[in-house]
Amino acid sequence: MGSRGCPPRTGYTLAEFLEATHEHVAAPARARRAAAFHIRPFGDRIFNLSTLLLALVGLSILVGLALALVFDSMPSLKAFGWGFLISSDWDPVNDRFGALPFIYGTVVSSALALLIAVPLSLGVALCLSEMAPAWLSRRLGFMVELLAAIPSVVYGLWAIFALGPWLRDRVEPLLVAVLGFLPLFQGPRVAVSMLCAGVVLAIMVIPYVAAVCTDVFRAVPQTQREAALALGATQWEMVRMAVLPHGLSGVIGAIMFGLGRALGETIAVAMVIGNAPQISASLFAPSATLASVIANEFAEATSTLYLSSLVELGLVLLIVGLALNIVARGLVLRATQSRFEAEE
Amino acid sequence: MTGKATTPRYLWRKAKSDLMMGITVAATVVTLLPLFIILAYLAVRGASSLNLAFFTHMPAPVGEKGGGMANAIVGTLELIGLASLMGVPVGIGSGLYLAANRGSPFAGAVRFGADVMMGVPSIVVGIFAYAMVVRPMGGFSTLAGAVALAVIMIPLVTRTTEEMLLLVPHELREAALALGVSGWRTTLWVVARTAASGIATGIILAVARIAGETAPLLFTAFGNRFWSTSLTDPISSLTVQVYTYAISPFPDWQRQAWAGALVLTSIVLALELGVRWVTSGSARAVR
Repeated sequence: MGSRGCPPRTGYTLAEFLEATHEHVAAPARARRAAAFHIRPFGDRIFNLSTLLLALVGLSILVGLALALVFDSMPSLKAFGWGFLISSDWDPVNDRFGALPFIYGTVVSSALALLIAVPLSLGVALCLSEMAPAWLSRRLGFMVELLAAIPSVVYGLWAIFALGPWLRDRVEPLLVAVLGFLPLFQGPRVAVSMLCAGVVLAIMVIPYVAAVCTDVFRAVPQTQREAALALGATQWEMVRMAVLPHGLSGVIGAIMFGLGRALGETIAVAMVIGNAPQISASLFAPSATLASVIANEFAEATSTLYLSSLVELGLVLLIVGLALNIVARGLVLRATQSRFEAEE
Repeated sequence: MTGKATTPRYLWRKAKSDLMMGITVAATVVTLLPLFIILAYLAVRGASSLNLAFFTHMPAPVGEKGGGMANAIVGTLELIGLASLMGVPVGIGSGLYLAANRGSPFAGAVRFGADVMMGVPSIVVGIFAYAMVVRPMGGFSTLAGAVALAVIMIPLVTRTTEEMLLLVPHELREAALALGVSGWRTTLWVVARTAASGIATGIILAVARIAGETAPLLFTAFGNRFWSTSLTDPISSLTVQVYTYAISPFPDWQRQAWAGALVLTSIVLALELGVRWVTSGSARAVR
C-alpha cells in the first residue's frame, strides 16, 4: 500500500505490525479503506498522473533543447558539413563560417584554466579532507563554495579592471623574462588576452573541482588511512599510498566536471578574452571561445546562415558538455559510493 | 620508538610530509585569495559608486552623467519571479515523482535528464529559449528571459526536492498511511511538509543561481534602457546592465557597473548565506 518503490526493508512495517498483532485495531481501518476504495485510488491516480506530467515536462525540455539546436543548425550543417569544424573562416559579410578559431580558443583557455585549477583544487581538497579539523574544514569549504556563488559577470568586471591590468603589468613581464623563448609568451601585451581568460576561468572552476575532490577524498575508507599509518607512513605518504590511488577515478571525474564548466562559461570569458576569431600561438593575444562568440554576435546575427552557424557552435558546445558531464558523473558516483560498499 | 624518530631517513620523510601538507594549506590560501580580493574591490569601488539615485533613477541618456538602474533592479525581480512561477512547480512535481518512483526506469531517465541539464552551458539554454519563445513571438521579451531562467532552475529544484523528500523517515509515511490517510495526502501533507524547509532551501539556492545569470538573458530578455514591465517587451536586468556598462568606454558607466555588481553580489550572497545560516548547511544538494 502506497509504499511502492520504497527500498526493500527487513522486518515489519508499522502497518503490517498493527495488522498482525492488533487485529481489532487494524480491522476498522481496513473497513474504512474498503469503503473509501472508490475515492482514494482516484485521488492517488490524479496525483501520480500530475507529478508524472511535470516530470515529463522536465525531461522533454532536455530533449526539446537538443532537437531545437539540431533543427536550427540545419542550414549551417547543410552548407558547410563537417568542414565547419575545421574551417577557420569567420566572415559574416560573405556568409562563410567555420568553427576552428573558437574551438581552438575554447580548448586552449580551458586547458590553461585546468592547468592552474587542478593542482590548487587538489591542494584545497587534501587540506580540507586530511589536514584541517572538522570545524575549520567546514568553514573553509563554505568559503570555497562562495567562490562559486559570485556571479560570472562580477568576475568579468573584476578581471577587466583589476586582474587583466595586473597580469599585463606584473605577471606577463615575468613570464617573458623566464619563458620568453617559447612562442606562447611572445608578442604584444594587452589587457584582454587568452591568459587573462584562462586565469579567470581557473578561479571560477576551482570551487567545483575542489568540492568534488573533497567529497571523493572523504569517501576513502578510514581503514585505508589507518592501515597506511600503521605501517609507519608519514601523513604525506599515507596520502600518496591510500588516499590518492583510491580517489583517482573520482579526481578524473572532478577534472572533467571542471572542464565542462570551463568550456561553457560565457560572460566572464567574453569580457576579457578580446573576442578576436584568430588562432595565435601567443597566450598574450586576444582570442574567442565558442560561448563568447555566441554571446557577442547572436543578437546581431543578420542572415539565416549566420544565425544557424552560431547555433551550430552551441550544438558543438552542448555535445561536448553533455559527454563530459555524463562520463564525469559516472566516475564521481562510483568513487563516492565505494565508501558504503567498504563499510557495509 | 625514540630511535626511529631520530634517524636521518625518518627526519627526511617527516620533513617531506610537512612540506607537502604545508603546500596544501598554501593552495587553500591562494584559492581563497581571489574571493577576498573581489569582495574588497566590490566594497571599495562599488560602495563609492553607490548612491540613492542608483536605486531610484533610470539610466541617464548616453553621454550624460548620473542616473541609476531602477529599471534593471525591477527587471531582475520580475524575471526571477516569473521564472520561479514556471520553474518551481515543475521542479517540485518532478521531485515528488522521482521520490515516489525510485526504481522505475522512467524515473531513472528523468533523474539522469535533470543531472545532465545541470551541465548544459547556460548560453545554450539561451539559444533554446530564443528558438522557443523569441522567434515565435517575433522579438526579445521578458517571457523569453524568464523561460531561459526557468529551464536552468528546474533541474536544481527537482534534485533538491527529491533528496529532501528521501531524507524524511519512512516511518512517518507509514504512520500516516496506517491512520488511513490516502497516499497523495500523505505525500503532500506529511512527507512534503516535513521536507518543506529543505525544499525551500533548494528553491532559494536556485533563485540565487539564476539571479546571477547573464549569458542566457543576452538574446532573450535582451536589455532595455527604458522602464518596462511588460511580458512581451525586452526588459533590463542587473546582470546584463552590469555587463553592458562594464565593457563600455565611459568612466561613469564603468563606475555604475561596480555599483551594480555590488548590489548583485550582495543579493546573491545574502540569499546563500541566509539560507545556510538558517539550515546550518545540512541541506546542500545542489552543486
